[in-house]
Amino acid sequence: MVSLKDKDIISIRELTREEIELILKEADNMLPIARGEVYSDILKGKILATLFFEPSTRTRMSFETAMQRLGGGVIGFSSKEGTSIMKGETLSDTIKVVEGYADIIVLRHPAEGSARLAAEVSSKPVINGGDGAGQHPTQTLLDLYTIKKELGEIESKKVVLLGDLKYGRTVHSLAYALAMFNAEIGLVSPPTLRMPEEIINDLKEMGAKIKEYSALKDAIKEADVLYVTRIQKERFPDPAEYMKVAGSYKIALKILKDAKENLIIMHPLPRVNEIDPSVDVTKHAKYFIQSFYGVPVRMALLKLVLVG
Amino acid sequence: MIMEELRVKRIKEGTVIDHIKPGKALKVLRILGITEDHEHIVSIVMNVPSKKLGKKDIVKLENVFLDKDTVNKIALISPRATINIVKEYKVIEKYVVEPPEEIVGIVRCQNPRCITNSNEPVKPKFKVISKDPITIRCHYCSRIMSEEEIEKNII
Repeated sequence: MVSLKDKDIISIRELTREEIELILKEADNMLPIARGEVYSDILKGKILATLFFEPSTRTRMSFETAMQRLGGGVIGFSSKEGTSIMKGETLSDTIKVVEGYADIIVLRHPAEGSARLAAEVSSKPVINGGDGAGQHPTQTLLDLYTIKKELGEIESKKVVLLGDLKYGRTVHSLAYALAMFNAEIGLVSPPTLRMPEEIINDLKEMGAKIKEYSALKDAIKEADVLYVTRIQKERFPDPAEYMKVAGSYKIALKILKDAKENLIIMHPLPRVNEIDPSVDVTKHAKYFIQSFYGVPVRMALLKLVLVG
Repeated sequence: MIMEELRVKRIKEGTVIDHIKPGKALKVLRILGITEDHEHIVSIVMNVPSKKLGKKDIVKLENVFLDKDTVNKIALISPRATINIVKEYKVIEKYVVEPPEEIVGIVRCQNPRCITNSNEPVKPKFKVISKDPITIRCHYCSRIMSEEEIEKNII
């Protein structure tokens, strides 16, 4: 039987489709508790440590909400200021100390691979809450959950990924997961920020259907999901070039007029100006509910890892 | 073998590492952990003509018998190197190096933001994902490194 008990959650690629399906199913059970409609104390007496070496509002707060909604306690810090790390303590030592205080650890750290190291050092399960430009598996899980919840299924849906597809590694993780679920993948990006060839090849080897679009409007016509990401200014040596690119990928009402009736628009947030606020009131906009879904998904994960 | 015989005499006991990529002999010694404290005779010949490779390096380690796991690390920078185990002037065993499945502590990760490049008490660790051409993937940050990049990052 599929079980996640005591398992570290470090990268989406280490989870099987069955394990991901288990998490998504459990998240469904968690929904009324996440909304505060039903009370639960299945994690009473358990303690979650949230170790955030760099700021993150959504990930940290949704994990803390998830733990408290299930009756568990939370300890931790949200920046390294005022901790022993400032005195030069290594991550390994911090983890060895904290495993004595908590039953499960969520780590956000700027160094890539930090979560894997923490998991090796810790006798308690570790969940990766983002390791620099590395992995962020719970984001991918909540993205998958959003698609499933809003469209009924993931399989055979056309998901168009838009924005920085070169450096945005959460988009890479999502693409792998979509391939695992036999979704169709559309790609739209500025030429300099195309998805790396080796990832496209990997996805094709997994049997994924991939289509690259040169124009956003063509992609929107065919999409069931439009997954928008931020294009970072610092990727462009010339600010004028950035402005031009950012402008041509902006989602506004006009470009959505040819969209499918049931198109959903997602964004991992925070958005800067990729999506015009006028889109927020349309039925396509799902980015805020998407961030709420982070709560039931993380509740599911905490429950499955701590009590099975 | 005639050319090298003229330069370095046959050894009685030990290991001869032949067909090393030209210019890589010193790196081979580094990988094998042979430093200034080494007490036996070490002969190095660099850039000798070779039918197979055009040019090659040779290292002869007298009275040293390295185990396969150790010498196989040489494959990282010289995948065609051959190992000759010599006893009483005779080659009693000969094989081509084979890259190990996992590499620990001999290559630094190229990614400056990798956790192994911080002050953590952890050795860099890689999985070999392709043997020819040699390609490795960091166990921690997943960065992929080519033969050329591996060479530049030997610890």
